Amino acid sequence: MAQRVLMKGNEAIAEAAIRAGCRHYFGYPITPQTEIAAYMAKKMPKIGGVFLQAESEIASINMVYGAAATGCRVMTSSSSPGISLKTEGLSYIAGSDIPAFVVNVQRGGPGLGGIQPSQSDYFQATKGGGHGDYRMIVLAPASVQEMASLTIKGFNLADKYLMTAMILADGTIGQMMEPISFEDAEIEHYEKPWALTGTEGKRPHNVVNSLYLQPDKLEIKNFERYERYKIVEENEPMWEEYMMEDAEYCVVAFGIASRVAKNAVVAARAEGIKVGLIRPITLWPFPTKALRKAADQVKSFISVELNMGQMIEDIRLATECRKPVTLCNRAGGMIPSPDQVLQSIRDAAKGE
Amino acid sequence: MAKVTFNTDLCKGCGLCVNACPKGILAIDANQINKKGYSPAVMTDQEKCIGCAFCATMCPDCIITVEK
Amino acid sequence: MAVVFEKPKALTDAVLHYCPGCPHGIIHRLVAEAIDELGIQGKTIGVAPVGCAVMAYDYFACDMIEAAHGRAPAVATGIKRCRPDNIVFTYQGDGDLASIGMAETVHSAARNENITIIFVNNAIYGMTGGQMAPTSLPGQVTQTSPYGRDVKHCGWPIKVCEMLSTLEGPEYIARVAVNNVKNVKNAKKAIKKAFENQIQGKGFSLVEVVSACPTNWGMTPQKALEWVESDMLPYYPIGVYKDRSAAKEAE
Repeated sequence: MAQRVLMKGNEAIAEAAIRAGCRHYFGYPITPQTEIAAYMAKKMPKIGGVFLQAESEIASINMVYGAAATGCRVMTSSSSPGISLKTEGLSYIAGSDIPAFVVNVQRGGPGLGGIQPSQSDYFQATKGGGHGDYRMIVLAPASVQEMASLTIKGFNLADKYLMTAMILADGTIGQMMEPISFEDAEIEHYEKPWALTGTEGKRPHNVVNSLYLQPDKLEIKNFERYERYKIVEENEPMWEEYMMEDAEYCVVAFGIASRVAKNAVVAARAEGIKVGLIRPITLWPFPTKALRKAADQVKSFISVELNMGQMIEDIRLATECRKPVTLCNRAGGMIPSPDQVLQSIRDAAKGE
Repeated sequence: MAKVTFNTDLCKGCGLCVNACPKGILAIDANQINKKGYSPAVMTDQEKCIGCAFCATMCPDCIITVEK
Repeated sequence: MAVVFEKPKALTDAVLHYCPGCPHGIIHRLVAEAIDELGIQGKTIGVAPVGCAVMAYDYFACDMIEAAHGRAPAVATGIKRCRPDNIVFTYQGDGDLASIGMAETVHSAARNENITIIFVNNAIYGMTGGQMAPTSLPGQVTQTSPYGRDVKHCGWPIKVCEMLSTLEGPEYIARVAVNNVKNVKNAKKAIKKAFENQIQGKGFSLVEVVSACPTNWGMTPQKALEWVESDMLPYYPIGVYKDRSAAKEAE
């Protein structure tokens, strides 16, 4: 049996990143993700890595851009307002087709918002955030174990598809402690002939760039990028199904909301309501096929979110609005109780 | 004995070399138009050139080669 | 006869897109000459800015990256921290370095980041068509200061070298100009030194090159260089503002 260690969610991300080969961390302090930086500050100097506290989120994401361009595995982490600042760099990284790894331990917004857990950056993470046509692979852990395993997965996917992988977590999972194991982690290695390493006089110069003043060339770049995204959408959606075999109603929830929802599903089953749960693990690519299949089976969907209803739009798109979708939500840093979710399931079962 | 060669096709006719030349032997040739559409700089008296490379030092487009 | 002056090898064959008489070409050449003379082209990584020099990545024959506006020192930091044995330089204009990128500039200097920064100050935003820069002179007419820069309304131009030299961090801060042969030759020496410092691991070196923008200043190339002498250099005096190693030796 694999050795298990008790860790905080944020620390699990940091340790997993190091195990994934990340030796460079650039960040700027913000609650509630500071444990990641603190862990890196302690560990990196002892293993020949670099922890650098930058002057701003903008500087740190641009340090990531430079570091990633050399082919190194590199990361930054932040929370909602800080991610807004980083979107400039995320757009450049996407436009330059290089891999990066970013963590957003979400807090309530908009603006300075609060410091309590939230999922209100779903749109920002899955629809872009920065300017231009681009996507990020968005991974939504629901446990401390997944904080670790999706971090390693994220580094692998970023290298594989030359794009940013983002962990979209929240303050609860970041602060939660659970026993986890690192032993199954598989580190993949990819050639990076595009990396800035110095020509050594042996090859033409490499250029990492997102500027194409000729529109036809810029268009080609965009189409090529979206061809790659299509492969990601085909191969990489991840989700968990829970009690869906005979389900007549389907709760959809990710991250911390899915843990609350699971309790409510069990309680509803005890009342005789045939309800199941689909938990998207990748928010982009969204598990469209799983939702579409469920739409043939269930009478309605309930989207449980810690925001004003963002993923619900993707559920409607994925199911082509064939079945009604209701929203069960809290916002601003509040978390729905299992009873609130249970009531939403009861309402759905009554056809309300 | 010195020799100044211009990559005339790339000259933008800015005239900075003309002003830099201590011997006053460079000029913009208004009768010529190069591929880029500019009247380029030309050497008017190669014999007098001392190979100081002042012209090349001030040329923003790196089109001047100096031999000595 | 031997060749005494030719295009440096660290420049590609790409034709420079700059306006006639734009000193960017001279400054590119000086950087390339320094790279050639130090034999570091194979291990140099350059960071291009946003602004007129945005396409510098096409002109330098070393590995290059294009940064977001003002972020070149942060990008250079990321590169250098991953590959400390490579030589990393940024090439930035005044809007890029002294306005939107001021935080990145100051903090990379404060960290004594072992990088080389070439800062081209021509007192105007060239690429966007001649708007007021953080270094535009009091009274200077630009597209966005059509009645002349009113310091009561929009503040005073920033003297980057003077400001950065108050920091403990940086190794070398110097201001040069490219308005005549003598100054170009001195500019070359300062730029070369800024690269040598990095090779020797001494840390952050910034060379401010006072330059011209004939097009947006509305002057002939020669007249613009004369304006550098008469108007720019009195406000931005040439000189070495900080040289930690030289100061130590003098002690």
